[in-house]
Amino acid sequence: MTLPPQAPNAPPVQPIFELIEVEQVFEVPKPGRPLFSRDTVGLRALDGVRLSIRKGTSLAIVGESGSGKSTLLRVLLGLDKPSGGRALYRGKPIGEARAQGTDFARDVAMVYQDARGSLDPRMTIGAILAEPLRHFNIVPPEGEAQRIAHLLDRVGLPVDAAERFPSGLSGGQVRRVAIARALASEPSVLVADEAVSGLDVSTQAQLLTLLQSLQRDMGLTLAFITHDLGVASYLCEEIAIMYLGRIVETGPTDAVLNAPAHPYSAALRAAAPQFFEPLSEPLPGEIPSPLDLPKGCRFSTRCPVAQSDCQSKDPQLGKLGSGRAVACIHPITQA
Amino acid sequence: MALSPLNQRRWNNFRRNRRALWSLRIFLVLFGLSLFAEFIANDKPILVQYRGEYFTPIFSFYPETAFGGDFQTEAAYRDPEVQCLIQSGGIEDCFDDPEGILEQIGTGSYQADGFQKGWSIWPPIPYSYRSTVDRPGAAPLPPNRQNLLGTDDTKRDVLARVIYGFRLSILFTLIVTTLASVVGIIAGAVQGYFGGWIDLVFQRIIEIWGATPSLYVIIILFAILGRSFWLLVFILVLFSWTALVGVVRAEFLRARNLEYVRAAKALGVGNLTIMFRHMLPNAMVATITMLPFIVTGTISTLAGLDFLGFGLPSSSPSLGELTLQAKQNLKAPWLAFTAFTVFAVMLSLLVFIFEGVRDAFDPRKTFE
Repeated sequence: MTLPPQAPNAPPVQPIFELIEVEQVFEVPKPGRPLFSRDTVGLRALDGVRLSIRKGTSLAIVGESGSGKSTLLRVLLGLDKPSGGRALYRGKPIGEARAQGTDFARDVAMVYQDARGSLDPRMTIGAILAEPLRHFNIVPPEGEAQRIAHLLDRVGLPVDAAERFPSGLSGGQVRRVAIARALASEPSVLVADEAVSGLDVSTQAQLLTLLQSLQRDMGLTLAFITHDLGVASYLCEEIAIMYLGRIVETGPTDAVLNAPAHPYSAALRAAAPQFFEPLSEPLPGEIPSPLDLPKGCRFSTRCPVAQSDCQSKDPQLGKLGSGRAVACIHPITQA
Repeated sequence: MALSPLNQRRWNNFRRNRRALWSLRIFLVLFGLSLFAEFIANDKPILVQYRGEYFTPIFSFYPETAFGGDFQTEAAYRDPEVQCLIQSGGIEDCFDDPEGILEQIGTGSYQADGFQKGWSIWPPIPYSYRSTVDRPGAAPLPPNRQNLLGTDDTKRDVLARVIYGFRLSILFTLIVTTLASVVGIIAGAVQGYFGGWIDLVFQRIIEIWGATPSLYVIIILFAILGRSFWLLVFILVLFSWTALVGVVRAEFLRARNLEYVRAAKALGVGNLTIMFRHMLPNAMVATITMLPFIVTGTISTLAGLDFLGFGLPSSSPSLGELTLQAKQNLKAPWLAFTAFTVFAVMLSLLVFIFEGVRDAFDPRKTFE
């Protein structure tokens, strides 16, 4: 029996996205500064984010509002340049990849949080879907109508929806249109920002099923931003939990959710309502302001199991067994 | 072209406003008629039949010799001699006693060698805006059956001048408004879309530009280049494009952060495409709300310039000039009444129409 020849140091498969210590600091006016003063203070929206997204996987990015999910997303899409660290797309800085021609914009498609707002209210659905088709020269003009019909069918909308305006569609239909537009450029990565939030559960279930089948059939890499652990567990193999601009725990979704190692993950897990179960005590207080990060571990102010050294040492994301990583000095160990 | 459901609803809203609808109808009829002013008020006949041949003097030049006269110059169709020549088929006697012959032809009693009865169809008002009326007395002459609104101080028919003047005012305004809107929308769009330094610098330039005394510039440029219609259009566009900039700029400043504009940007769509495909259609409502002010403003500006004597060339049919004559001839009140009435009707119709348009575009009414 011979093994296929393999270089001793074969590089691991290059991830599609790799974020190394990404920081995003916004200079904002200092609170309470006197009139005409130009004092600013750095708002650390992202503070040392480490993340890699491998091809064909699906990753859920979970966190409270204000944790930096949307900033992370803008960095992933290359819409903002991180102020520190490196954000790579297939080994190249994202900003560079975006500037070089249309390949990046075509390959990485986005489903926006406000699906209705992301569709031009004065264009028909057909025209909205035709825009990426034309922009990236995906089909010859005579094949356009057919492709639009195909896209609409793929996301489960009737063909005559092409004639309608976004205002004439329901919330679920509008999300489907947004997904169809994202698929129009034939991307390999789909980034979705709260794509199913705010919908009633049956519509949510339909959309989740749709996204899952799309991911499976088209081999999409999916980055799914959500605050709903249930959605994350259904749709994504991997999960990254964010708190105050940093990823505090990553790993396979089932492992992380079944046995959270970070107290924040555990708290999020416990805060999700369960049938007929009383809710556990919620986390005390609000997420601290990113203008004024707590000393030491950023979660120490709300952590139920904080110890004295938590306020002096800022834990980094460290490995914790099989594919998992956690940023905690005293991770919860399952008995 | 099918209207989108939204525009359909707007049209229905507009139609429900009966005052605006009727103003639009009346205005369209008046403007439509005035476009054919040459066939309504002209000193040339519409159609002439002379010795079995047909002539169309409004479209073509015919010398008097074509009708058996002496001169190589264009036939003066309102002269009794020429009328006599046309109706009699070129009888020489017309030069001696045209009125007598015309009267005999009228009663059918005229007999002569080579007599061939001809005819001509005249416009309802047989005067053009520059032809003088053949009426005894000192100008301005009061209204009578020949000149329904009297004549001005150079014996030109006021009604004919009003018809041409109305047309000129409206056309001038449409041209100026269109050009100024195009320039203003582009400038406002660029400022609002790019924002930042471009916006800041342009705003200061516009402030300086807006503070330029346009009247002096008009007087100076007219003194150097001579008066003409297109020069006045050019100058007025030069000074009125700033009116729309503020509105369009504000709309674009708002729209550039909307999610669908960001989505298009993320897709890598070009700036121009985003501005004119995604943002402008959504900024149109504010723009259309602003247009009435430009239209009525331009009409008033033109009238004001004409009144001051710095407007269109003096032979042009101008309502402002009529107003000036009314002021100079207070003993001829028909001039003042006419000028006042025409302005009042024209501006009222436009204001009513635009009021309806604005209401129809009002989002609160659109979604009732």
